[in-house]
Parts: sequence; structure tokens; C-alpha cells
Amino acid sequence: MTTIAELPPGFADKVLSAQSTFRSVMDAMARPGSVQQIVPMVGTPGPMMRGTAAIALTLFDHDTPLWLDARMAESSDVTKWLKFHTGAPVVQDASIASFALIGDGDALPSLERFALGTSEYPDRSTTVIIQVDSLNSGRSFELRGPGIGGVATLQASIKPLDLFERLRMNEALFPRGIDVVLVADDAVVAIPRTTRVVSRGI
Amino acid sequence: MNAPAYNFAYLDEQTKRMIRRAILKAIAIPGYQVPFASREMPMPYGWGTGGVQVTAALLGPQDVLKVIDQGSDDTTNAISIRKFFAKTAGVATTTATDEATVIQTRHRIPEKALNENQVLVYQVPIPEPLRFLEPRETETRRMHALAEYGLMHVKLYEDIARFGHIATAYAYPVKVNARYVMDPSPTPKFDNPKMDNCPALQLFGAGREKRIYAIPPYTQVVSLDFEDHPFEPYRFNAPCALCGAENSYLDEIVTDDQGGRMFVCSDTDYCEGRQAAGHRGSLSAAPYKEKAQEASNG
Repeated sequence: MTTIAELPPGFADKVLSAQSTFRSVMDAMARPGSVQQIVPMVGTPGPMMRGTAAIALTLFDHDTPLWLDARMAESSDVTKWLKFHTGAPVVQDASIASFALIGDGDALPSLERFALGTSEYPDRSTTVIIQVDSLNSGRSFELRGPGIGGVATLQASIKPLDLFERLRMNEALFPRGIDVVLVADDAVVAIPRTTRVVSRGI
Repeated sequence: MNAPAYNFAYLDEQTKRMIRRAILKAIAIPGYQVPFASREMPMPYGWGTGGVQVTAALLGPQDVLKVIDQGSDDTTNAISIRKFFAKTAGVATTTATDEATVIQTRHRIPEKALNENQVLVYQVPIPEPLRFLEPRETETRRMHALAEYGLMHVKLYEDIARFGHIATAYAYPVKVNARYVMDPSPTPKFDNPKMDNCPALQLFGAGREKRIYAIPPYTQVVSLDFEDHPFEPYRFNAPCALCGAENSYLDEIVTDDQGGRMFVCSDTDYCEGRQAAGHRGSLSAAPYKEKAQEASNG
């Protein structure tokens, strides 16, 4: 049982750390496939990585319903830390979540369960944050789309293995869709709904 | 108590989080207008409150800020916004395009090509390109949902029927990433080609209308046109009277009541840079002429 006093800390400097983290995430979103570093230090409750925790402190608040996968939800450190530092309500229904935190990629639920937005308001969709093993080694992926001059190459070891196949639904759904943020420790890569990914094998 | 009564970059953190989330969605859906809870700013609507809020949400202490108003670094709006952020965020400011990491603009895109490390923030008065054709928000929203843009083509066609050419000279509608028709804010259509495949991220903020939208880097931006009436950027057929530039966007300046006028670069930084590099126009005045004379007198 952790008391609030024992919770891992948030940002040392709330304002500037959130700004720096946001710029990393914004650059990642604007340049899909590019690996951005999250610089500010932050406590890491339970299975939450440093980058995930920093993103949570930067973007989550009482306005953002949050969906946690089993790995995250079963850690009372994570839920208490999120509640104390962000105040974001944790919801059971993924289809109303602004953000989803995925600690165990293999157990990623069907993407249709998340909010996909509507044709009139495609922005009302879930941003899915997935913790992965590595964003600088592993399988090779070719990315194209807005934000990428020509082709971007991403080397990553990601679970679920078929993540990018599953994200192909974004192609048919656009402008509705799912935006994904991949986190490995302090590294961040974003795959917005406009990005088309082709696996090039090992 | 000398402590400032406002947060870094003026906005409170909850507001910044809300704007930051809107910016991320705007980037993910190029050209789509994301509604956001625009705040009152210490300046009136119409003075760039949308751009100011976007800038405030992304600005950090390491940034170098440039603000332009119709291409000029030296007009009231540009100076007061630059001072606002110098005071509330303590950021370095500049007038040089290539030194800036964040450029807030009212209705121009700098002449100098932007790079990957820059963010261009536009101040937008009316974000909805269809608004003057269809006043109801519910209807324009549905038209965007269905990509039903026939009305916009009818409007451009009516220009041709009436004037023989597309007479829209500013706020010329563009299609972003082959999906959303977007208002580029009232920039002259001369600037439209610069938006296409631009290495810099472009963000648009409309404070009164409460919308944020974006063009990610390297994104296709096409000005709407017809096969037999292709899009043509417009420019006064004259060189800049101060720096002689033949390819920059020009402002017309009336000099007397006898019909006298001169054309000068609207981008003051570009014009000054060219003059400093020795380029002269037909009406270049001191100190350059004096310097040239001194030089020739030895």
C-alpha cells in the first residue's frame, strides 16, 4: 500500500518540463517515424515508462477520460499516481477515452473498441499510447504520409507484431481514425492516422 | 510582491494542456479545424489571439520568436506581440527569418524558405473557407465530413464568369493532403505555393472562432483551380523600389496625391537583408547612397 507521500514524483518543474515534453510529442506527431527524446525526469510508477509518465503529466487532466489496459490497471501505483498527479478519470469503456495507456502490447484490444471520432468531429478520437521494447532496433518499417519528406524508416521492436497491419483501417476510415504514440523508455515515435506503414521484414 | 501574477508564456497550465491536445489532433488530421476552448487574452479579438494562444502553448525558453504583420516586423501588432512574449516568457526575439524557431504571422509567409526546425503560427480571422457561402456551422461541418466542396468551385467559377479570371487574391482556398479544403488565412495567393511540401510545421489559430488547424511538414497543399483556368500567384509587375527584388511579394505605397506610388517588398527582413547585401532599387535612399558615394570618393 503506497501512501501519497511515497508516490513517485511528478515533474520537478511543472511548466517547463511539460513544455519540453509537449514539443517532443508535437515534433513526433508532425514527423511520423522520427524518434524524439523526452528530456525531463519524472518518477515511473509500476510498469509505466519514463516517457509515458512525462506524456501523462503533459497532456492528461480532468477533461481527458483515460483507458488503461490490464497491465496498467492492475498496478495500484499507476492508478494512484495518475489520479494524484493528473486527476484524469479512468474509464472502463474504451470508446469514450481520450487516451489509452497500453503496457502490454500483446493484449492490445481491437482498435475498433476505441473512439474513432465522427465524420463531423474526427478529432474526438482516442490517442493510443503503447509502450514498446525498442524504437532503435528490431524490424524495419517504411513510413509515408504527411510529415514525411519521401520515405521515413523506423527500426523498432513493437508488440503487437501486427500493429501496423491493424492500423491499416485508418486508410479506409480517414478522416476518422486512431493516432498512436509509441514509447520506449525516453524515446517517442508517433504514428498519426495519416501515416501508411509497410513492413520491410528484419 | 514582485512575483509576476501570470504563468510562463501567460496562459495557465490547464489551458496549455487543452491547446496542446488540440494541436496534436490538428496535426494528425491535416486541414481539419479542431474546436478548442479559446481564452480571453489581454488584447482584443482580431489582434491575433488565436495565434498568440498557439504560440503560448508551444513556446519554451530556448525558442527564438519572430512576429510579422503583413510581412513587416515593425508594425504595431508585430511589435506588441513580440514584446508580450519577451515579457511573459522571457524568450529571445528576432526579426531575422533564419534565426527564428517560432514565427507568428499575420497574413504573410516569409520570402526566405523555412526549414525543419521552424514552426510557422498563423493568426486566422475566419477559419472556415465555406463560411461566406454557407453561414450555418452545422452545414459547413457536414460539407467537410462529406468532402462536399462543389460550392467552393462554383464560387471560383462565378469569378471567371464575371471577371474572366479567378479574382480571389487572398485567403485563396487550398486542399490539404487531398482531403480538406482549408482557408490559408488572408495571405495573398502569392504565398500559397510556399505552403506546399513546406519543411516547417504550419499551425493556424483562430481565437474568436475557437479553431486550431495545421499543415504537417512535407504535406501536399493544392490551390483550387480549373484545368482551363489554372491557379496563378499574383504579383505587381515591378521590382522592389528599395532592393530591386523581382520575385518577392510587393506592397504598393502611395507617395503623393498626383498618382505617385512605389512598390516595396512586404517582407521587411528579406528587403533589408538584400539591401545589406548590396542590392539596390530605383528609389534606394540614404544611407546606402551616401555610403556608395563615400566609397567612390575614396
